[in-house]
Amino acid sequence: MLDVRLLTEPFIPGAFIGPFTNAHPGLGGVCTFVGEVRGGGGVEALELSHYEPLTLPGMRTLAETAANRFGLMGMLLLHRVGKMVPGEPIVCVSAAAEHRRAAIDAVDFAMDHLKSDSWFWKRELRGGVWSWIEPRDQDHADLQRWG
Amino acid sequence: MAKLVFLGRLADLAGVPERVVEPGPLESILAGLPVELAVALLDEKVRIARNGELLINPGGITVAAGDEIAFLPPVSGG
Repeated sequence: MLDVRLLTEPFIPGAFIGPFTNAHPGLGGVCTFVGEVRGGGGVEALELSHYEPLTLPGMRTLAETAANRFGLMGMLLLHRVGKMVPGEPIVCVSAAAEHRRAAIDAVDFAMDHLKSDSWFWKRELRGGVWSWIEPRDQDHADLQRWG
Repeated sequence: MAKLVFLGRLADLAGVPERVVEPGPLESILAGLPVELAVALLDEKVRIARNGELLINPGGITVAAGDEIAFLPPVSGG
């Protein structure tokens, strides 16, 4: 089962991971990554914008690619958009598979692609001033790992 | 009429997230925008999508009535 969503409100990852896990009887392992808005460095808020016609279809394609590549039973891909404060979940990726390595690798693969190859634009609020976050070389390097 | 959509920092530069324009050659539409914005939209790193489809070679397109043209700067990731 592929469950791919853009969420506009704060969410509790466990509320999605539980039902996702239960939907795959017979699985051998589930791997989950939850990313939260980092605190520190004076960040007061983070805002993610997206482009509806491209962002969600791109996430669906990513989930399908990961599921095929790693032979998954299912993948859960959740991403927040809108304004968030430090400590709020921003992304949740969960993979269900018969064996652990497929699940772990699929989550790593999906996160690298979400970080560098998905239609999201981020800006952060520091000291009352919004500034856009530019692409990092590291994100590109992370993507190269997967060939 | 047609619609231009500005994403990320391009929305700040445009001062609005969207702008309604007369249909016509994209080149002419851009020529009618403030110079600083037009230059930013034409940056080679900015991708252009028409009605949700990325254009490989957007250079010579003509924008039809009802089209939505989106300008997508490099992503900052999820």
